[in-house]
Amino acid sequence: MTGRVLLSLALLALAGAALAEMPGTCQVAETQIERDFALPHVMRAIAARQLDILVVGAGSSSLPGPNGAKNAYPERLQSALAEQLPGVIVKVTTDVKSRRTAAQMVKNLAPVLAAAKPALMVWQTGTVDAMQSIDIDQFKAALDRGIDIAHGAGADVVLINAQYSPRTESMIALGTYAEIMRWVALQQEVPVFDRFSIMKLWADLGTFDLYSATKKLDMAEQVHDCIGRLLGKLVIESAKPEEPHAEGGRLE
Amino acid sequence: MAPVTSERDLRLDLFRGIALWLIFLDHIPSNAVSWITIRNYGFSDATEIFVFISGYTAAFVYGRAMHQHGFIVASARVLKRAWQIYVAHVFLFAIYLAEIAYVAHSFDNPLFTEEMGVLDFLKNPDVTIFQALILKFKPVNMDVLPLYIVLLLWFPPMLWLLLRSPSFALIGSAVIYALTWWFDWSIPAYPSGNWVFNPFAWQLLFVFGAWCALGGAQRLSRWVNSRIVIGIAAAYLLFAFCIAMTWYFPRLAVFVPHFVSEAIYPIDKTNLDVLRIVHFLSLAVITVWFVPRDRPVLKSKVFWPAIVCGQHSLETFCLGVFLAFAGHFVFTEVSNRLLTHIIVSVVGIAIMVGAAAMLSWYKRVERQGPGPRPPVTKPGYAGGDA
Repeated sequence: MTGRVLLSLALLALAGAALAEMPGTCQVAETQIERDFALPHVMRAIAARQLDILVVGAGSSSLPGPNGAKNAYPERLQSALAEQLPGVIVKVTTDVKSRRTAAQMVKNLAPVLAAAKPALMVWQTGTVDAMQSIDIDQFKAALDRGIDIAHGAGADVVLINAQYSPRTESMIALGTYAEIMRWVALQQEVPVFDRFSIMKLWADLGTFDLYSATKKLDMAEQVHDCIGRLLGKLVIESAKPEEPHAEGGRLE
Repeated sequence: MAPVTSERDLRLDLFRGIALWLIFLDHIPSNAVSWITIRNYGFSDATEIFVFISGYTAAFVYGRAMHQHGFIVASARVLKRAWQIYVAHVFLFAIYLAEIAYVAHSFDNPLFTEEMGVLDFLKNPDVTIFQALILKFKPVNMDVLPLYIVLLLWFPPMLWLLLRSPSFALIGSAVIYALTWWFDWSIPAYPSGNWVFNPFAWQLLFVFGAWCALGGAQRLSRWVNSRIVIGIAAAYLLFAFCIAMTWYFPRLAVFVPHFVSEAIYPIDKTNLDVLRIVHFLSLAVITVWFVPRDRPVLKSKVFWPAIVCGQHSLETFCLGVFLAFAGHFVFTEVSNRLLTHIIVSVVGIAIMVGAAAMLSWYKRVERQGPGPRPPVTKPGYAGGDA
């Protein structure tokens, strides 16, 4: 982990001024966003000037309070994308309910997808599975099934893993579940938005004090805003047409 | 057949002591110092070392007891040890409950509403505590002792077999391991899922350690010292190291051919993946090559802190789990800076060494002390615990 932080810092120094548009607080994590796999449906949707996105998630995809929906990352993603893609109508719908495991989200995924007809399904999961220590094989099977259903419905998929929550670290073993998500994503060739590493980086660098005990929403809102923006960046990067001599060998 | 070796191998205590330190460092969540531990540089981690050496010493100690006093007496001693470990586990669980109860009423942050749901089980302490007592509910990082308990409960018949037909016992253990993979055998956990360390799989390493203690190590010595085996072991460690680097620097992942990642992932810790066993064996081969048994340097003061911890493994392990809780508490309540991580890690290990040294002293005093003397030739206490 420390290695990753050092590497990110070094890259940050190199990247320097190139990172102008993002607010400073989010910037530090920009190097974590990397194009791994392409999003062909999103690419086509952008070309057709209408991008529909469905966010499927549990509690950590929402914020409490009357302005919760407006400030949570799905809506922040919508404004970030609308800003970056002038002339494209971006619409983000959500299927977010607390305390759902991957398998529970998959259960009514087909009708939700049929109603939203998205080009992209952003799937946030893994936290509740880790909290309930769901069997690893079942978790993996649920991920595979969900991705297959989304692909079958003509949508690309981006996975989002758990939040980095330092206070509850000695109670929730997130590591294994994050690893399984990375592995399934690699096999299924879908990008992962590594929320865990990004928030860990913020905590290590002191960008956000994730240890602080508060009832106030300001930090939570800033975190969600950054996540929305960074997620937008990942979507745009992954939906760019492939360059003929792309550097990354992973894009076979 | 009698146990072959008579003098306790100091390397066992040394490496078990080091393994206990590494487990402590790994158990403090987000501990920056844990990047030095072996789990970051290959497939296996300190758990393998701990389980293997525990098997080795259990056979060494209880094998002699079974040889001299028979099956019943030796079994009774093994079960007594299992009971001690159970009590230690429950004690640690009480400390864990206190810690999380504190977090539950002192921490609030709208960003982590979902994660705080993990504390809901405090609302049903009756169920939770009962499930913890029957070893079904196990907090994070408290999985090693329950594994150890089950391995010991099962050890008397295994030891009996090992003393009569070591090869047969080892093959039997390997068959159980294979069947576990084939039929997905496991032990259920509460509220869902299975044990983090599957005893049906991990018993292989424990029995292999026991087998080595009862003469297997000598039978293997020709192989272990062959240049070819050492070469293969070194090559495998290098391979594992390269793969491990791709976990921390995802950019390097492009250099791993697709068929390789297809073949190795996911590396299953619960069921003791073959990749992990081979990694541990390679480490053992290289270690034995670097540190032969009779190295006088083993008796030097430099290694004493680790050796003394290894000689009181249960106490040191439990203290390590407690100190890991305490360390995490310091990170959340006091400071989360790198310097704090280093101080907490160093102080924690110093406390472990201090406590182990005190236990050594206490044991020595008890043996020499006035009053009715305990039997002098108490088998099993010749050079530390099992």
